[in-house]
Amino acid sequence: METQIKIRDLNVYYNKVHALKDINLDLPRGQITVIVGPSGCGKSTLLKTLNRFHDLADDTQVTGHVELDGVDLYAPDVEVTEVRTKVGLIAQRPFPLPMSIFENVAYGMRIHKLARGKELRDKVKHYLEVAGLWDEVKGRLNTPARDLSIGQQQRLCLARGLAVEPEVILGDEPTSSLDPISAKFIEERLEELKKDYTVVLVSHVLRQARHLADYLVFMYLGEVVEAGPAEQVLNAPKNDRTRAYLQGEFY
Amino acid sequence: MKKRWTLAHLEDRAMRTIMQLASLVLVGVLAAILVTIFIRGLPFLDLDLITKTPQGGFFLGGEGGILNAIVGSLLLAGGGTLLALFISLPIAFGINVYTGASRLASLLRMALDVLWGIPSLVYGAFGFTIMIAFGMRASLGAGILVLTLLQIPIMVRSMDEVMRMVPSELSQAAYSLGATRLEAAWSVLVRQALPGLVTAVLLAFGRGIGDAASVLFTAGFSDRIPTSLASPSASLPLAVFFQLGSPFPEVRGNGYATALVLTVLILFISMLSRFLARRLSRNVIR
Amino acid sequence: MQNTQDSKLHTQARRIRKDELAARNYRLAASFPLFLLLIMVVGFFLRTQPLLEHSSVWEILSGMQWRPSAGEFGLLTFISGTLSVTLLALLLAAPLCMLTSLFLVEYAKRRALTAILPAIDLLAGIPSVVYGVWGLLVIVPLVPQISSFVQPWLGSIPLFAANNPTGYSILSGGIVLAVMISPIIISVSIEVLRSVPDGLRHGSLALGATRWQTIKKVVLPRAMPGLIAAIVMGLSRAFGETLAVMMVVGNTPLIPRSIFDPGYPLTALIANNYGEMMSIPLYDSALMGAALLLLVIVIIFNLGAALVLIRANRRAQV
Ligand SMILES: Nc1ncnc2c1ncn2[C@@H]1O[C@H](COP(=O)(O)OP(=O)(O)OP(=O)(O)O)[C@@H](O)[C@H]1O
Ligand SMILES: [Mg+2]
Repeated sequence: METQIKIRDLNVYYNKVHALKDINLDLPRGQITVIVGPSGCGKSTLLKTLNRFHDLADDTQVTGHVELDGVDLYAPDVEVTEVRTKVGLIAQRPFPLPMSIFENVAYGMRIHKLARGKELRDKVKHYLEVAGLWDEVKGRLNTPARDLSIGQQQRLCLARGLAVEPEVILGDEPTSSLDPISAKFIEERLEELKKDYTVVLVSHVLRQARHLADYLVFMYLGEVVEAGPAEQVLNAPKNDRTRAYLQGEFY
Repeated sequence: MKKRWTLAHLEDRAMRTIMQLASLVLVGVLAAILVTIFIRGLPFLDLDLITKTPQGGFFLGGEGGILNAIVGSLLLAGGGTLLALFISLPIAFGINVYTGASRLASLLRMALDVLWGIPSLVYGAFGFTIMIAFGMRASLGAGILVLTLLQIPIMVRSMDEVMRMVPSELSQAAYSLGATRLEAAWSVLVRQALPGLVTAVLLAFGRGIGDAASVLFTAGFSDRIPTSLASPSASLPLAVFFQLGSPFPEVRGNGYATALVLTVLILFISMLSRFLARRLSRNVIR
Repeated sequence: MQNTQDSKLHTQARRIRKDELAARNYRLAASFPLFLLLIMVVGFFLRTQPLLEHSSVWEILSGMQWRPSAGEFGLLTFISGTLSVTLLALLLAAPLCMLTSLFLVEYAKRRALTAILPAIDLLAGIPSVVYGVWGLLVIVPLVPQISSFVQPWLGSIPLFAANNPTGYSILSGGIVLAVMISPIIISVSIEVLRSVPDGLRHGSLALGATRWQTIKKVVLPRAMPGLIAAIVMGLSRAFGETLAVMMVVGNTPLIPRSIFDPGYPLTALIANNYGEMMSIPLYDSALMGAALLLLVIVIIFNLGAALVLIRANRRAQV
């Protein structure tokens, strides 16, 4: 296992709430890491440290280090927009931008000047195909994105995120607002994507965790209780709390 | 991932700085207005000014105060607000409960928007022509009527806004218990919208006190406190205006002090409305 | 048993009848705004009728001469006064207010916004005459200095020529109005910007967009209809303002050619002369015509804004 993301002594405070306590983690490259744990244990908080989304809130303090391929994301000379380009995020609920389907996917490429003209059109097509949406929308690329169904919107957001060529994809319960079939669709996409990307997911659904995870992180009250290869954590948890959680004793 | 000064980042920086400057300028100017009014008005503010009516030669620098204008403004705005409330509530109900989201409702809302945008001077001129047609003279009553017209769109618009915010599930809950639309409106809508309604009323009251152009035509001006609806009435904004037109520095000073009184009165009403809205919103279901 | 059933039905029938009666009355009440608007337009029109028999609409709107005693009622001077003051106010207020609202919502700390917002709302309630007092005390003395300051560079441009030694000018009126409408525009704009869901902003930022790119490409397109509405609200206030403008604009019946020239807006014309309007034939008709003009412009304005809003709304859907 090759480590891509290295988290050291990470603490996050929301005002007075100490939401993450001394997190140390190594997340593997080219695999799917799934973070599980009861509600309010800090899963989303941890995920947001990886693309520096806490910068957006006034009262949130982050201390410690998050290294991506050896570069500390929180170093003072690091450009936050670059971090977010390298580390993409799929939100819990899809928020298509107020523009057409085509423009939604083209948006990031235009901003980063990655492509234009024919090349841009080809890339939009390519990423829509990767997200498994192309066949459904190829005839109406110029219609508003919000006319899509929720499941389609989430796949659009996936295509949009992939289009800026990230190395890591974060997902905060990306399937929880979707119907079971759309959810399954997204899961399939993610499984294919790990060939080229490192994926970090937060999930509430144990079935999903069992199904997708190569690497599993179990959190409880702001701390990482157990982390390791999914096989091992799922089948032979070392910690009692992990075992209890996996057996469905608490959520 | 090192910081680089790309065009996008430069643009972001530049815009941010421009916005910051714009905010500073604007907020600074707005604050300066209050400061100016306080600094220039305070030296001329004394007990006489707010407890006495103008004595002989007040507008030439003589004795007296602006009690006539204070009382006049309160009567004008109070009367107008009361009347406007009685007319606005049914209008807001009519639009919200009985016409719903129909085309008619949007037409009515548009008419209200237009009425809201009509200059108060035009309301004044309208009232003036009607007064002439009926041979009436400038009076407290006429001023109240014109202010009522002016306040109706202000009140209905804000009432409409708060009523539209009431979740339709609440009315539906009342309907499902067998209530008629009327009963549901009075029991659910009014109770839910009450804080908003109070704010709407106080907002209209404030506008009534501050408005000058409409009462200029219809209420006239008088050095005495009005004794009946038929007698002319002074008002604070006009008192400011007339005093500032004077060549005597003493009178102009009184004008600044009057502007200060007016400002403080409006600030008080705003804060009262905030306070009441917070108080009353305890019973509101969110 | 039968009896209670009957009376129950009876009360129910009564309640429903009452509701239907109320429905009719409330619908009637709701049509009051439309009715009032109609009466105002018709009323002013009837009062303007005598003047229209005397001279044509075109003569009135394009006439430069205002000599009531000679039967000349050209309004162009006053129309140009109103338009120039309003336009200047708009040019000053709109960009400043948009930038300020954007800064407060998109860049400033939440705490700063929650501290400033009540103050802005308070200022929006301050009577216009107070803004007029401030204009008289601060802006009117300042304008001649601004004028002599810019003369060396801009003096040769007619728009900035200094022919007026006093500070009572279009510029003073424009500044006072701009400041007066700013709190209204900002207050509404902030509300509009805050109603744009954060999820949209985050969607863009998560792709590595800068704040400004996010504002330009995501927030503004989405908020545009509301922001236009905010500006239109401020504009109608500026357009119809009377006292605050009268106090600082000079009230000289000349067509202003420079921002340092005095002007004479329509509202000031009506307010200054209504007392004598019955003394000269057709004078009252002419002043009511001026009021009708204000009314018609406001109506056109609102209808235009509504159309723009509908179209902008449709585009923001995309
Ligand atoms: N903006 C905030 N301000 C203050 N406290 C917060 C904020 N966001 C989260 N918290 C607190 O931080 C802790 C961790 O929250 P977080 O959202 O990371 O939990 P989570 O594991 O994602 O929960 P869930 O599974 O319900 O999404 C919680 O106790 C929460 O109450
Ligand atoms: Mg969460």
